[in-house]
Amino acid sequence: MPILEGKGVTRYFGGLAAVSNVDFQVEAGEVLGLIGPNGAGKTTLFNLISAAIPLRSGSIAFKGKEITGLKPYQICRMGLARTFQTVKIFGNLPVFDNVLLGAFFGGEGRIASAEAASAAASALEFVGLAGAVATPAKDLTLANQKRLEVARALATCPELLLLDEMMEGLNATEVNRAMDLVRMIHDKGITVVMIEHVMKAIMSVCGRIMVLHHGAKIAEGTPREVSTNKTVIEVYFGERVDASNG
Amino acid sequence: MGMEKTTSKKILTFGLVLLLLVVAAGAPLYAPVYTVILLTSILMYMIIAVSWALFSGPTGYISLASAAFFGAGIYTAAIVGKALPLPLMIGAGALVSACLALLVGALTLRLKGIYFVMFTFGLVELLLHFILWWEVTMSGTTGRVVPPAGNATVFYAMLIILAILVLTVFMIRRSRYGLALSSIGENEEAAAHAGVHVTALKIIVYAVSALFMGAAGAAMATRWTYIDPRIAFNPLVSFVPVLMAIFGGIRPLYGPIIGAAIFTYLEEFLITRFPYYYMLIFGIFMVVAILYMPDGLVGLTQRVWKKMSRRNHADT
Amino acid sequence: MSRPLHRRNSTYTKGHPFAGASAPVVMGSHMMVTILDIVISGLLLGGIYAVTAVGLSLQYGVARVLNIAHGEFIMLGAFITYSLYTRLGIDPLICFAICGPVVFAVGFVLYRTLFTRLRNTSPTPGAFEGNSMLACFGLLFIIQNVAILIWGADMKGYTYLAFSVDFWGARFAANRLVTLGFAIAICLVFYLFLANTRLGKAIRAAAQDPDTAGLMGVRIHRVLALCFGFGALMAGLGGALISISYQIQPTMGLEYTMIALIVIVLGGLGSIPGSFVGGLVLGLVGSIVTHIEPGLSLVAYYVIFMLLLLIKPTGILGK
Repeated sequence: MPILEGKGVTRYFGGLAAVSNVDFQVEAGEVLGLIGPNGAGKTTLFNLISAAIPLRSGSIAFKGKEITGLKPYQICRMGLARTFQTVKIFGNLPVFDNVLLGAFFGGEGRIASAEAASAAASALEFVGLAGAVATPAKDLTLANQKRLEVARALATCPELLLLDEMMEGLNATEVNRAMDLVRMIHDKGITVVMIEHVMKAIMSVCGRIMVLHHGAKIAEGTPREVSTNKTVIEVYFGERVDASNG
Repeated sequence: MGMEKTTSKKILTFGLVLLLLVVAAGAPLYAPVYTVILLTSILMYMIIAVSWALFSGPTGYISLASAAFFGAGIYTAAIVGKALPLPLMIGAGALVSACLALLVGALTLRLKGIYFVMFTFGLVELLLHFILWWEVTMSGTTGRVVPPAGNATVFYAMLIILAILVLTVFMIRRSRYGLALSSIGENEEAAAHAGVHVTALKIIVYAVSALFMGAAGAAMATRWTYIDPRIAFNPLVSFVPVLMAIFGGIRPLYGPIIGAAIFTYLEEFLITRFPYYYMLIFGIFMVVAILYMPDGLVGLTQRVWKKMSRRNHADT
Repeated sequence: MSRPLHRRNSTYTKGHPFAGASAPVVMGSHMMVTILDIVISGLLLGGIYAVTAVGLSLQYGVARVLNIAHGEFIMLGAFITYSLYTRLGIDPLICFAICGPVVFAVGFVLYRTLFTRLRNTSPTPGAFEGNSMLACFGLLFIIQNVAILIWGADMKGYTYLAFSVDFWGARFAANRLVTLGFAIAICLVFYLFLANTRLGKAIRAAAQDPDTAGLMGVRIHRVLALCFGFGALMAGLGGALISISYQIQPTMGLEYTMIALIVIVLGGLGSIPGSFVGGLVLGLVGSIVTHIEPGLSLVAYYVIFMLLLLIKPTGILGK
């Protein structure tokens, strides 16, 4: 049974279909890439999954249970966490508190303070921010703020993690470090779905890729399959993306 | 490391406040009646300002309904005052206000913040008109009398309410719910996605803040003894605590307390000296405070301190 | 608080829009006439609400200032008209041309000084909205106190065109008809202005998306200040209209602000035509409720507000 499944997922903004009748399955433990030109509906799809916005029609199930119509906090507590395209951190709070919040509230049940603190500390350690615990979050670099968001998401003990353009705005070194982080998350057994424009990251980290265009799914498959798919190539202006280039 | 500093600072603050309360507690014993009455007014404003800041401070949802909750407490006392002893009457006032806040919160806090502000803004007028109509049409009365309690009794009632309030605020702030409230103020969507049930938390904390305002109202009713809807629902009460909290600083717990103390004394002074201008002066203060002191008096002194200490270190 | 804010002496004073109409707009004895009376009173009230709500919509929807002192500008318009008529004998309908620009100027200057500075010092748009709203709170008390100092705290009124006009077998009070006509005219003129002039289009662009409008060459800061000024202008005109038909008092502003807030939510936040429609709807509701149970119209508006928040917060014409 796929850990995340969507059927006929549709969302309109005004008269425009942002996401149009999309079916998708995500298998447990995989790293699924979600790509497409700007405005293809990728972030909207994430917003529909995490219940940031409601569906117009269709249904979404997580771990076999219907999550359409639930609130974001409920979905988080079930084990589905996400990051945001425009980083949403708590700027005036210290780094530690940013993650501590996730530890306190994101788990399935009530957690003791000491446990939450240690979960927050491990999450920060995992992403490499252990040295900055007292820094106000707004004083971090963009790359570190994105890591902070990941740490907060990880502190909620997710089984599935949605990463929205984690590598946007990062330089080459930072991108490599981010890719390593994704691999580390994958190694922990957490399923990852990532929206990305940085092609080399997608191609080398993802086991499977889904392509959206104008709100509809136009292709799906392994990196090699997708990069040689005619429709995908047309959509990306005829540029051939070679999986072996990494 | 930073966390420990903040915690010990908080405990120090709490200790100081406690000390002040203890000193103030002796007032009816050694101070003239006028001072006790003034102190009671100061306590009243402290309660409203601190309650207001409990919710509106960290979350950024600016409630303009303080007068409604305070008034609900006053009017509850007016209705049940003859039948209940003081503590129960205060409890009733608190409960009615809390229920009113739950209603308002349930209606508006699941929507964008602007609806909340608009709705709370009109609440005082609404309650005033409704109760006025009800009293004239249904009960046939225009005013009610509350059995008076002595000045010292009211003073101690307010002191106790304030003490419990300060304790409550202190406990909430250092708990996970205090963190959640701040995170709601920073980025509500992210907080929701981190597992915080934002709507429920907002509504409950709002009700808690109203609880204390209602209790204070019920207690003060015994001092004014004659209550009619216009006395109970006074829009100025919504406005002044906001000013006090901003002037004294929203973030620290003692900020609204300091602001309330300064302003109540200032108000007494201004009303006696300039009875026709005090609204004008307060309004000007408000505008100036918003323009030049967004962090409040506390923030201002912090910034001045920082500037001064920077001048002493040549290499900073 | 030992001294309450000064209040009106009675909610049921003659000639107050929220009390029963002291003299019916239409005189006669038939059921039809009663209905006509209610409808016309409703449209009159609605016209006033619409004018003031459009003003607030400009200020909040475009300039992003939740002007809770809006009612005070209305009050200023009313009192300026009152003074000009009772002291100098200037026809109230001509006073429009005076108090409009005066209140506009006040609003424009306030925006250029106070709100622009707030805009520059607020870290986020949300902070700006909050700070500007609180600043308006301060303005509310300043303006009201100044008004009390100038005009005293009592209720005032004047008679103007208080004769009846015969029409279709029924009689109408002339001043109320004229007020209704002017309210409609003001809204129409404003609509044409928005639709056809360059400035009007700039305002609509700024309402949709201030940043893009700025990039497209709209001098956004000037447009925002003008919008705020126009909002104040509408408030001033609304106040002038009110002063013709009803009695006025320096503390009248708060209720009108409340009503304008309800109207813009009813019509849909950010929609100027919505404010117009919402105003008329609410006016009709008010007239009906006043007919059944005077003194409850404000409560009725609030009940509508509550229902709106429960069912469709985006309002009639909102997105």
